[in-house]
Amino acid sequence: MGASQTRSVHKYQDLVDRTGFSLEQIKNLHKRFQHLSGNEETISKENLDRIPALANNPIKKQIVYAFFDKRNQHQDEVGSFEEIGFEQFLMVMSHFRPPTLKTTEEEKEALRKEKLRFLFNMHDTDNDGTITLEEYRKVVEELLSKSGAMGLEAAKAIADAAMLEVASTNVPHMAPDDFYEGITFEHFEQILKGLEMESRMHIRFLDVDTTTMRCGKSTS
Amino acid sequence: MDLISARRTGVLLLIFTFLSLLHGSRGEIPAKPAPSGVTIVPPIKPNVPHAYPEPSKVYLPVFTMDYPRIQIPFEITLWILLASFAKIGFHVYHKITIWVPESCLLISIGLIVGAIMHSVHEEPPAVLSSEVFFLYMLPPIVLDSGYFMPTRPFFENIGTVLWFAIVGTLWNSIGIGMSLFAICQIEAFGVQDISLQENLLFATIISAVDPVAVLSVFEDVSVNEQLYIVVFGECLFNDAVTVVLYNIFNFEMGEVVPTDVFLGVAKFFVVGLGGMGFGVLFGFVAAFTTRFTSKVREIEPLFIFMYSYLAYLVAELFTISSIMAIVTCALTMKYYVEENVSQRSCTTIRHVIKMLGSISETLIFFFLGVVTVTTEHEWNWGYIMFTLLFAFVWRGLGVLVLTQIINPFRTIPFNLKDQFGLAYGGLRGAISFALAFTLPNEIGRKQLFITATIVIILFTVFLQGISIRPLIEFVNVRRTNRDVDTINSEVHCRLMEHTIAGIEDLCGQWSHFYWKDKFMKFNNRILRRIMIRDNRAESSIVALYKKLELQNAMEILDTVAGDISAAPSIVSLYEEKKSSARPRKKFLTADLKNMHDILSKNMYKIRQRTVAFTGKHALPNESHSREILIRRHASIRRSIRPGSFQSSVVPKSHKYFSLPAGKSLDSKFPPVRLSNTDDQETMSEVAYPSRRSRFNQPSRSSSRAMMPLRRLDTLQEAPSVSVLDESTVEDRGRTGGGKPRTNSSSSDSRVPAPRRTFIDNDSSSADNLRNVHHEAEEEQPTSPPPAWAAESRDNASRNPLLRRPQWNPKGK
Repeated sequence: MGASQTRSVHKYQDLVDRTGFSLEQIKNLHKRFQHLSGNEETISKENLDRIPALANNPIKKQIVYAFFDKRNQHQDEVGSFEEIGFEQFLMVMSHFRPPTLKTTEEEKEALRKEKLRFLFNMHDTDNDGTITLEEYRKVVEELLSKSGAMGLEAAKAIADAAMLEVASTNVPHMAPDDFYEGITFEHFEQILKGLEMESRMHIRFLDVDTTTMRCGKSTS
Repeated sequence: MDLISARRTGVLLLIFTFLSLLHGSRGEIPAKPAPSGVTIVPPIKPNVPHAYPEPSKVYLPVFTMDYPRIQIPFEITLWILLASFAKIGFHVYHKITIWVPESCLLISIGLIVGAIMHSVHEEPPAVLSSEVFFLYMLPPIVLDSGYFMPTRPFFENIGTVLWFAIVGTLWNSIGIGMSLFAICQIEAFGVQDISLQENLLFATIISAVDPVAVLSVFEDVSVNEQLYIVVFGECLFNDAVTVVLYNIFNFEMGEVVPTDVFLGVAKFFVVGLGGMGFGVLFGFVAAFTTRFTSKVREIEPLFIFMYSYLAYLVAELFTISSIMAIVTCALTMKYYVEENVSQRSCTTIRHVIKMLGSISETLIFFFLGVVTVTTEHEWNWGYIMFTLLFAFVWRGLGVLVLTQIINPFRTIPFNLKDQFGLAYGGLRGAISFALAFTLPNEIGRKQLFITATIVIILFTVFLQGISIRPLIEFVNVRRTNRDVDTINSEVHCRLMEHTIAGIEDLCGQWSHFYWKDKFMKFNNRILRRIMIRDNRAESSIVALYKKLELQNAMEILDTVAGDISAAPSIVSLYEEKKSSARPRKKFLTADLKNMHDILSKNMYKIRQRTVAFTGKHALPNESHSREILIRRHASIRRSIRPGSFQSSVVPKSHKYFSLPAGKSLDSKFPPVRLSNTDDQETMSEVAYPSRRSRFNQPSRSSSRAMMPLRRLDTLQEAPSVSVLDESTVEDRGRTGGGKPRTNSSSSDSRVPAPRRTFIDNDSSSADNLRNVHHEAEEEQPTSPPPAWAAESRDNASRNPLLRRPQWNPKGK
């Protein structure tokens, strides 16, 4: 155990450089990781599926899948993992690192793009670079699946309307017989251009162990 | 031209009101027999004693005047009118209000009026007593800000808001008070008689920030949400804190012992939390009440006002924070009430709240100007200058220090620019002024305090208020586009929220998303069941979608109804004045927000003519028109399901993703149908499956199933059909079957344009649709034109049932 401890501290240092998390945050997350995996080296989809808090999340499937998506690992690989180690886990988490006061505008822009890419990947399940209508519909359906009375009809209609919106903002002069294949990443960026992401796509990773202060309401 | 004449009228009205006001206040002295204007026929001499009644001499007075009887309400009305006219005046020439905040202008007008009154030795109205202010003028202002508080950002930033509101105000009051007390010890200023308590009291008064002017600037340049909400929330809650502090310091304390401090702190919490408690209580009661008001729509809005006022009064009764009470009441009930009440009541509620709030505020600023001139001042250079300095310094320091403390707890820390915005946004305003005026007379230096308060208000409102816009633009504070209101962004907002909540769950860390999740669950499971009549949870995406769809329906209606009056008749509360200053493409949000207005103005009127007269206590029945609306929706939605329209005519940005394979583009169908009758609908239901089977080959199944989501910004151009047009249209509809509408006949005379040309055409979609219609008619000249609906949904050859006249008054 002692050997692995030092090894992991050494490994942490490496991760600090690569993900930008602080050492404490990484230790925290590692604790959580071990809790989730049951002290295994890797984590599988079943582990994540079993998290009780996640049960009510309408897009649980997408979120879990995002962790096993190779595209979210800051590398140019595609495909998906069967199991992920702590490093991969951390990489996915690092998408949500909040900016600090020191981050420059360009860095913020890059971060934003990264987050958009993350969202895009959540939509684009078959990884062909476009979000087709089917994919979009699926996500909207999932989003609405918890709100009870709303049927699939409405979800479809909404996805359709949203798709139309994308088309009309991006290809304003489309000939009538053109066919809008799907949302590319550029278009995706375009439609979410004005959207405030700062307050929505960040998680304040705590420096202290949260298991002891679960009841403390965070003031932010 | 219009502008000039409107302005002239405004000025004339203003002068007139002012003159009548002067006249009115001259008559204020009842002892003076009014020589002019009072014509009594016949003259009565009441002072002559009569030994016995002489009935023959007393005639029935044909014309009498009893000014004293109506004096008070009369003068109040005139004052309000004058202030309102001033407000109209500014907005006639709206460029002023971009650069100079409205409050500055109001104060200026007040100064002028005050100067005139001063020169004719008139007393300002004694409206600003403590009672009047706290019981009548403050509640509307606070209710306004409480009700229109953007809820989501507020709860996301509640910690910071409260931190700044409570600790910041304490910091300011105590800091300024102490430093001023130190200044008072310097003999050269000659103000040694001001005690520490009085200094603290005064400091409390001037630490109430009131950034109405700043908020409107923030809104215009759309600074980031966090900054906006912190300034907004701070001003709201800091009023509460200030009033509490004021009451504490105003309390006659002999020797201050530690127990007093402790009791003060305890009182602080009791007052604050008690106010919140009452607010929540009354909010829930109000929400619960509106559950049962479906049969008494006409008094529905009243409940909202009465309950909030009741919350306020009850809180006053127990001398706990009434501001807290009314704010929390508004916050609590808003969500539920707006789902329970009808759209009209909702609009009414919003309008009335806005109206009352802005009138109160206008009056206060206006009086501020008047009072500045007409009261006697005690000027003390040293004290006043140091007050200014300290107010400025402590505010700046406070923001700096407090952000340093709060930043580690924020997901997105405030940077220096934000801090600058926060510090510079600390204008003083109405609350300070009113509190200063309600100072007890026992305070020896009351005049000095009033003078200093007025100076600091004028200084901050004028100097900071005018300079904040250029400064904010100069330092380039982070902006947020708050105008995004598309389905995509709504979908993605939700997607992001869920993602974050999910990831947080995954990594075992909780933030407000976690709490939001928990609350929403609780809300949906319990609260909504109790509070809301029609208990169906509705996702915000769906809500937005419905809104957009409604708007579309509206647009279609407008287009179809033909003669579109160019005059925008949608007058919103405050959207309108901004939209005139903004580029056109931003109208979209305003449009969306105005949906309810538009609907109530447009849709319902179609039927209103035929609706029978209603009784005194009932509102005109809106169920019919509503039904139409709903039906229309259903039918539109149905009509746009796969295959139902393959029109290739695309007005402007109106796109199709795909055409059914093998379909030629030359089949020209108008894109939408408009149906009002329900048999129509069932027919389309019947006719539907065949079409679906024919066209639903999903070879390239993109969203063929589209609603005609046209660019929504055409709405402002052709916002509504004027009443006149409606009536004519309707008459036409009534009179008849085969008679073509003038619109279509006039378009017949046009040269038919090739369809492709107006795909990129920039002319309004109204034109396009007219052309479309025209073409559709050209194609089948034999078919009888419909009486009401300009477009049938589908080609007659395909679905002959649909070619029936669609607005058939006999059918309904």
